[in-house]
Amino acid sequence: MSGHSSYEPSTGLEKWIDARLPLPRLMYDSFVAYPVPRNLNYAYTFGAMLSVMLIVQILTGVVLAMHYSAETTVAFNSVEKIMRDVNHGWLLRYMHANGASFFFIAVYLHIGRGLYYGSYKAPREILWILGVVIYLLMMATGFMGYVLPWGQMSFWGATVITGFFSAFPWVGEWIQQFLLGGFAVDNPTLNRFFSLHYLLPFMIAGVVVLHIWALHVTGQTNPTGVEVKTKTDTVPFTPYATLKDALGVSVFLMVYAWFIFYMPNYLGHPDNYIPANALKTPAHIVPEWYYLPFYAMLRAITFNIGPIDSKLGGVLVMFGSIIILFFLPWLDTSKVRSAVYRPWYKLFFWIFVANAIMLGWLGSRPAEGLYVVLSQLGTLYYFGFFIVIMPLLGLFETPRRIPNSITEAVLEKSGKAAASA
Amino acid sequence: MKKLVASILSLGILAGAASIAVAEEGHDLKAAVEHAEKALHYPVLKPKHINWSFAGPFGKYDKAQLQRGLKVYKEVCSACHSMNLVAFRTLEDLGYSEEQVKALASEYEVQDGPNGDGEMFTRKAIPSDHFPSPYPNTEAAAAANNGAAPPDFSLIAKARGVERGFPTFIFDIFTQYQESGPDYIYSLLTGYQEPPAGVEVPEGTHFNPYFIAAKSLAMPKPIEDGQVTYDDGSPQTLDQYAQDVSAFLMWAAEPHLPERKRTGFMVMVFLAIFTALIYVTKKSVYANKEH
Amino acid sequence: MSEHDIKSETLGEPTRRDFLYLTTGMAGVVGAAAVAWPFIDQMRPDASTLALASIEVDVSALQPGMSLTAKWRGKPIFIRNRTEKEIEEAKAVQLAELKDPVARNANIAADAEATDIARSAGEGKENWIVMIGSCTHLGCVPLGQAGDFGGWFCPCHGSHYDTAGRIRKGPAPMNLAVPNFSFISDTVIKIG
Repeated sequence: MSGHSSYEPSTGLEKWIDARLPLPRLMYDSFVAYPVPRNLNYAYTFGAMLSVMLIVQILTGVVLAMHYSAETTVAFNSVEKIMRDVNHGWLLRYMHANGASFFFIAVYLHIGRGLYYGSYKAPREILWILGVVIYLLMMATGFMGYVLPWGQMSFWGATVITGFFSAFPWVGEWIQQFLLGGFAVDNPTLNRFFSLHYLLPFMIAGVVVLHIWALHVTGQTNPTGVEVKTKTDTVPFTPYATLKDALGVSVFLMVYAWFIFYMPNYLGHPDNYIPANALKTPAHIVPEWYYLPFYAMLRAITFNIGPIDSKLGGVLVMFGSIIILFFLPWLDTSKVRSAVYRPWYKLFFWIFVANAIMLGWLGSRPAEGLYVVLSQLGTLYYFGFFIVIMPLLGLFETPRRIPNSITEAVLEKSGKAAASA
Repeated sequence: MKKLVASILSLGILAGAASIAVAEEGHDLKAAVEHAEKALHYPVLKPKHINWSFAGPFGKYDKAQLQRGLKVYKEVCSACHSMNLVAFRTLEDLGYSEEQVKALASEYEVQDGPNGDGEMFTRKAIPSDHFPSPYPNTEAAAAANNGAAPPDFSLIAKARGVERGFPTFIFDIFTQYQESGPDYIYSLLTGYQEPPAGVEVPEGTHFNPYFIAAKSLAMPKPIEDGQVTYDDGSPQTLDQYAQDVSAFLMWAAEPHLPERKRTGFMVMVFLAIFTALIYVTKKSVYANKEH
Repeated sequence: MSEHDIKSETLGEPTRRDFLYLTTGMAGVVGAAAVAWPFIDQMRPDASTLALASIEVDVSALQPGMSLTAKWRGKPIFIRNRTEKEIEEAKAVQLAELKDPVARNANIAADAEATDIARSAGEGKENWIVMIGSCTHLGCVPLGQAGDFGGWFCPCHGSHYDTAGRIRKGPAPMNLAVPNFSFISDTVIKIG
């Protein structure tokens, strides 16, 4: 979408189409001739995995909706009908249920890649913000989708999460009832969640188009963080990036298939095979694994902060932990893009990853004793990383020598490899 | 920082204490019960592991075992536990012929109607019917059982799972352990015993260290050695009954399991070949490029 | 605005056209907002949900120390006939010890203090307590006769309520809410 087009229609038909709707030209320029940095590694294939997962989720979702009924008295049984009676229903449902998890696995890897290689820095701020929007939409979609089977975890997860909104003063209760369509999670809630769960993926697809558009305007980053300067810095998207993406996706699909076919219920919760019961709360309400770090931060706030009580504080911290991502491009003051040349940032980045995993584990534990203390420390580091470490590091850190160009970095590396071989 | 060190230290001590408690379980059930009560962490004992025919990548159901399990369900469990998502027609999976399924179904009465006079009536079940519930509704089931309605059995083997704990849950990904449901059912059925001296259980409940939510449960020991007669010469022991009915309940919860694993194998083989092809292609394309 | 005027004058355009642009644009916005409203409004609880469905519960079978749970507006209602001991325990608590000192009882003044009598069914019926069984933290159903204060305990995030349903420990901010209710006879409670 940037630069001049190298598409040359050869046949008469191609010329005819090109003069009327140059869609083949757009495709050619975006996915064939499009120049990508020559040094992209496998961390740059997560985007392709995400595209595949979005398509898988939409396709399986559309066909599952042909058999599902969004009504409280029959929703649970309609899912079981899919599992037992619908031809290949078990496969489609397990693809969809595990697909949500693998969508999130890919998105976390993708976000981690962006954090490590500084993909959010100028001029890619809008690209990053669009990504955060997609992530938010994914969380909303995943949450509403989990309610649809109408099991115990569906029901109580929905109760707890919509309960967050009641924490806001004055308008909270109104917002909660507005979301639920009643005083408690019930049939109106299930109906609207189904409708929105069907709608949101298409909104995600729309934002994905913008995300890719923005990507093609600025071009990809690369492990060195040095912008593309000359033509020798790049290779054409096809076949280089396409094949690398295909290999990444293919390995990813093998792991995905491992779960679908051999351990389809590993990532779910046994309680969701018990039909929802409004009068009986499960012993531990645990959200889906991909929300656990945020859940841990919600529960970490056990104390009042000035006029803000602990409940509202927890909710603000939880929402804040995602909102803060929007400001990331301006919180990082370092002139250097890639963590490869930032020894201190690299260290703090890996601590951040370990901390996020620890928070995820804590989110699955009961909120008591030591777990709470650890959650509080984890929350502190999560926010400290963005608010304190990132701005200060840019001022104090001495970066390592940065190569002049991508080509130089590549030649240096292969020279070293040749010398050691 | 001090706080952090202190937390890590105390976490270590806690973990150590927990592992000591686990080690003592075998020797001292009483200590284990007390430990579970204090931490509000049940079950007292982790489920026993059984070597199921349907475990692993090539697992499939043992039809003779499922037939025996069905017999146990019919003669023992079904007095209180419904199985309303399972249709008689699916019993053909167990190796029964259409005629046999028809005969099996006709042993049950189901409600139908209304007829021309507007009355509900009962009739013999047909293969397309589901296992009927022994009670007209949940309230009646609860009233007949001291206030605790016996759970439906259609999905029980997937609806019960004892937490595996760290780091076992990570190893499970590689060993494909998905049998916590049947392991739990087996352990519960064989786990009834006298409470250790000094352990009190609430009135009307029965001590069982494998029960997932407390140290005792409302259901009394449901089955004894020799209670169900097997026609195929299998041992008529509690252990065998418990294994058979657990396998049967796993089938009831996941009837397409063998098909799933078979398909999975073909998918994995395909993906392996496909990945190898992409790898070779990619390698040849990248051969003349510095990267 | 003045800058705008100058621009119009220097360009020699009639200001009346600007005014028309503005007015038409505004009308369009108002129209769009009016169309949007039904789409937003439909999300609110509908008439059947809002209808103040009240229920009547027969409590004649409840001996002291027994509870029952009724369902009202999709939420559980705890009705408990408290024992003497439980009432004594609740009465012994000083108001200063309470996390939430407000009664949260819909039948009395909104700022009434959370004394035991203000939480119960009132003078002469102090043994009765009627509450919405929905934890004020995130809406789970607390377990009866559990927790550190012998009242209710919420298993979700560990909130402990005392025998008068007042929050004593844990993340919940408020006492369990007491709904509108009345005894329509000695043994029947009307809720709502």
